[in-house]
Amino acid sequence: MTSPSAPTIAGRGYARPEVLVDTAWVAQHLNDATVRIVESNEDPLLYPSGHIPGAVQVDWTTDLNDQVRRDYIDRSAFERLMSRAGISNGTTVVFYGDKSNWWATYAFWIFQLFGHTRAKVMDGGRLKWEKEGRELTREVPSYPASSYTAPERDDTAIRIFKDAVLRHQQARLPLIDVRSPQEYSGERTHMPEYPQEGVLRGGHIPGARSVPWARAANPEDGTFKTAEQLRDLYEREQGLKPSDDIVAYCRIGERSSHTWFVLTYLLGYPRVRNYDGSWTEWGNSVNVPIEK
Amino acid sequence: MTAATSPDLPAPLAALVAEFTALDRAERFELLIEFADRFRPAPAEITGYPYAEEHRVTHCESDAYVWAEGCPGSALKFHFIVENPQGLSARAWAAILDETLSGQPIEQIAAVPPDIVFAFFGREVAMGRGQGLMGMLALVQRLARNHRKGA
Repeated sequence: MTSPSAPTIAGRGYARPEVLVDTAWVAQHLNDATVRIVESNEDPLLYPSGHIPGAVQVDWTTDLNDQVRRDYIDRSAFERLMSRAGISNGTTVVFYGDKSNWWATYAFWIFQLFGHTRAKVMDGGRLKWEKEGRELTREVPSYPASSYTAPERDDTAIRIFKDAVLRHQQARLPLIDVRSPQEYSGERTHMPEYPQEGVLRGGHIPGARSVPWARAANPEDGTFKTAEQLRDLYEREQGLKPSDDIVAYCRIGERSSHTWFVLTYLLGYPRVRNYDGSWTEWGNSVNVPIEK
Repeated sequence: MTAATSPDLPAPLAALVAEFTALDRAERFELLIEFADRFRPAPAEITGYPYAEEHRVTHCESDAYVWAEGCPGSALKFHFIVENPQGLSARAWAAILDETLSGQPIEQIAAVPPDIVFAFFGREVAMGRGQGLMGMLALVQRLARNHRKGA
């Protein structure tokens, strides 16, 4: 449980506190036509088992990923997704999800590739909403199709591809590996007979610092740590600076979206990119440097 | 040999795999949620407390535990605890393993292939969750083999 003295979002010292809302705010905006609540989870069973009333689901496997290439959806598919969810260009989208919002920040990051800046995250996600005993429903809402115009996806500002990561690594610029210590060390690569995320080599990109993503959240209620606690983690422990050009990666880019979100919005770092190719690309690539 | 085509699956498991194979993704999730709703945690007289470490499933982020109940030479009843309140997949999987493997021949239980998980949860299951679900099956199988050795 959150202790009574836990600071409010406004009192935690974040660079851009307006990007977070608390559960009470969401409860007060369930019928606000300018707001759409979007649930995005790793576990696809959670939304159909019960969700915040009025919330729509964005499913990372079927909605956000291109079904043929390894890439995200393009502009027209994003426009269709927005229209289906009844989201227009002026709608404020509030994301929430399981596991301290790890997949919620992934969806948030992809929405930013299309420039939907009216976007927020519900601090604490599903866990906090449930722990507070707030209402959940199995009723799937239906909204009138909206009209949505998206720009072409911008892969330059917050996304980075392998060749650029190689140059980044060779220039000894900061990389953050947000996977578990066992994945970082190469002791654990993938599960037996696992078809989708197998890798041929274990380890990490040389020079990458290990900061498991979940250290940025409070495990008891999924809320984000205060700015001061986050500075302890990234600046005092790891020596990062706000002026650094930083690349974060994990296995497929979802956990590193969480770290991207924390550094960009909560600490206000201007240059953080997510390498979504991550270890499933790097660990299968020929002739790239690996450290164990 | 993939899970869905194995001729040696315990009969209730083979029947349920066939049922899931006929469903689309949304229907599969609905049925999994029904199993999760049916899940009943292991009774205290089986588990004791604190839970012994050998009953803990490795790599399961939902903190699952498994016990096998049975007299030497008899069939086994499997019991589960899932500590994570959001461990919906783990609860569904526990209910499925109980309903399809309890009472079945130990040789057949021990031979269930790990990729049976995908027949229920889909091949897009993410790594962490897939690893935990496979770990639950692996512990059921280890307890079954230990029981046979001790019989």
